[in-house]
Amino acid sequence: MDGIWLDFERPLLELEKKIEELKATSHNGIGPELDRLTREAEKLKKKIFSNLNRWQRVQLARHPQRPYSMDIIERIAEDFIELHGDRYFRGDPAIIAGIGIIGPHRIAIVAQQKGRTTKERIYRNFGQPHPEGYRKALRIMKLGAKFGLPVLSLVDTPGAYPGVGAEERGQAEAIARNLKEMAVLPVPIVIVVLGEGGSGGALAIAVGDRIYMLEYAIYSVISPEGCASILWRDSSKAPEAAEALKLTAEDLLHFGVIDDIIKEPEGGAHRDWDATAARIKTKVIEAFDELKRLPIDELIQKRVEKFRQMTPKSD
Amino acid sequence: MFFRRGKKPKEKPEAKIIIPDGLWLKCESCGEILYKKELERNLWTCAKCNFHFRIPARRYIALLLDEGKLDEFPLALKTRNVLGFPRYSEKLKEAQQKSKLEEGVIAGRARLGGETVVFVATDFGFMGGSMGSVVGEMVAHSIRHARKEEIPLVILTASGGGARMQEGIFSLMQMAKTSAELALLAQASIPYITVLTHPTMAGVMASFASLGDIIIAEPGALLGFTGPRVIEQTIGQKLPPGFQRSEFLLEHGLIDMVVHRRDLRSTLIRILKILMIKK
Repeated sequence: MDGIWLDFERPLLELEKKIEELKATSHNGIGPELDRLTREAEKLKKKIFSNLNRWQRVQLARHPQRPYSMDIIERIAEDFIELHGDRYFRGDPAIIAGIGIIGPHRIAIVAQQKGRTTKERIYRNFGQPHPEGYRKALRIMKLGAKFGLPVLSLVDTPGAYPGVGAEERGQAEAIARNLKEMAVLPVPIVIVVLGEGGSGGALAIAVGDRIYMLEYAIYSVISPEGCASILWRDSSKAPEAAEALKLTAEDLLHFGVIDDIIKEPEGGAHRDWDATAARIKTKVIEAFDELKRLPIDELIQKRVEKFRQMTPKSD
Repeated sequence: MFFRRGKKPKEKPEAKIIIPDGLWLKCESCGEILYKKELERNLWTCAKCNFHFRIPARRYIALLLDEGKLDEFPLALKTRNVLGFPRYSEKLKEAQQKSKLEEGVIAGRARLGGETVVFVATDFGFMGGSMGSVVGEMVAHSIRHARKEEIPLVILTASGGGARMQEGIFSLMQMAKTSAELALLAQASIPYITVLTHPTMAGVMASFASLGDIIIAEPGALLGFTGPRVIEQTIGQKLPPGFQRSEFLLEHGLIDMVVHRRDLRSTLIRILKILMIKK
């Protein structure tokens, strides 16, 4: 397997490489050895992935080979028509938006999009939206509401872009506006955090009726690096900060902030995009099935109530 | 790195909290030496350069509301260190002692030019006026109160810290919580005015502070999403003077007006008189 891998994945990769090499020789009598190595690899995979600390999960959430929003959309939507522009300033490639079909549901989709190659990364601004990106997302969500299309929102961003133009055009206003409008949007909204849920920049498309996270996704008020540099004036202490912030899917489920975790294939979503997408699809269709049965008033009331309850429970 | 311990982080002059206690004070902006009595008469604004000193929430109550009185809502929750975040419990205690506040927000009912209003103020002196669960809950409660009682809402912000890091994801969710309540308030056509003071940033600016029907700012306040230092690091350039200040936001169409502290009260009264629909 080519590409960049994380340190804690390496022992597993080396073993897998050995297996591949052995297979390539295809001598007679390698069967038992192959079986042994395969079993060993499975065991090692289990061992590594059942003991991940929070920082390792942060790294998985940012894995360069992790499926990004478009990879998921391509796999879960029978049709997807991308739509562009906020109608005021510019099209923002850090957010993709459009209409499509997923299973029995016609839906609107908004998502943050990272790039895989250097060129793409720059084009997508590393998945960091400008205000016009959030305004585009809102436009498409409202388009959805107008035609009774529920909204699927895929979250994967380090955060809203911290730049001069973003401030000049009202980054804060764009985010606040989305929070307010999404709270009462008269169609079901389902959120899936795919990778990084970076603070307000993530939340700006993450107010909805169901909030799911992939198993190794993270969602946090501040990046571990940012937190570490405020706390200890040293961003290299990000691993400690990740522990303090409690930002994993498990943490957030425990806090009652998210509704469920979507399990990733063994070894992480980057090892099997198809299987990851299939699980997301099942979960999302189920959620829309349920939510579409609710009268709109009740749907909105429950959504507002959901966020009212986002307060630490006394234990 | 042990040797770095004793080194105090560099602070910009305007980031300091001013508690006037001597007879004379130096203006943080122009350096003019100001007589404290005179400064007080000028509502803690510099007579020479118009710099607005930061003042605590209680002073705004005295300054803006009829008879300087606020019938306060009690805090519904007690702040806890739910995440077991390093040093948060100590920081809270420190903030409480220093600010003489239980939390970074004061809210309640008051009269403003004879009109009953719900008034909320965040206080920079309490952990930078940052929003954790207790602040978020109080803001949400105040919005609900305004909606149910059909009285206008005025929120004054001094929140440089945005969402309070030490409460993790719960702080972030307060942005959604307060904005959701504001959506319902808007549907009920209840006027909502925000007064932004120095500084109002990040999670607070990206939620209830930016959602006023009318947004007023004090002169020279730092207002925005990302702090200027982080932007400078990102773009690798110095930012121009005046960037993210009230006047800059006015120029870019992000706020309605910049109003001197001495005119805040009368401006609020004039606006409410026009917006308030008598039932």
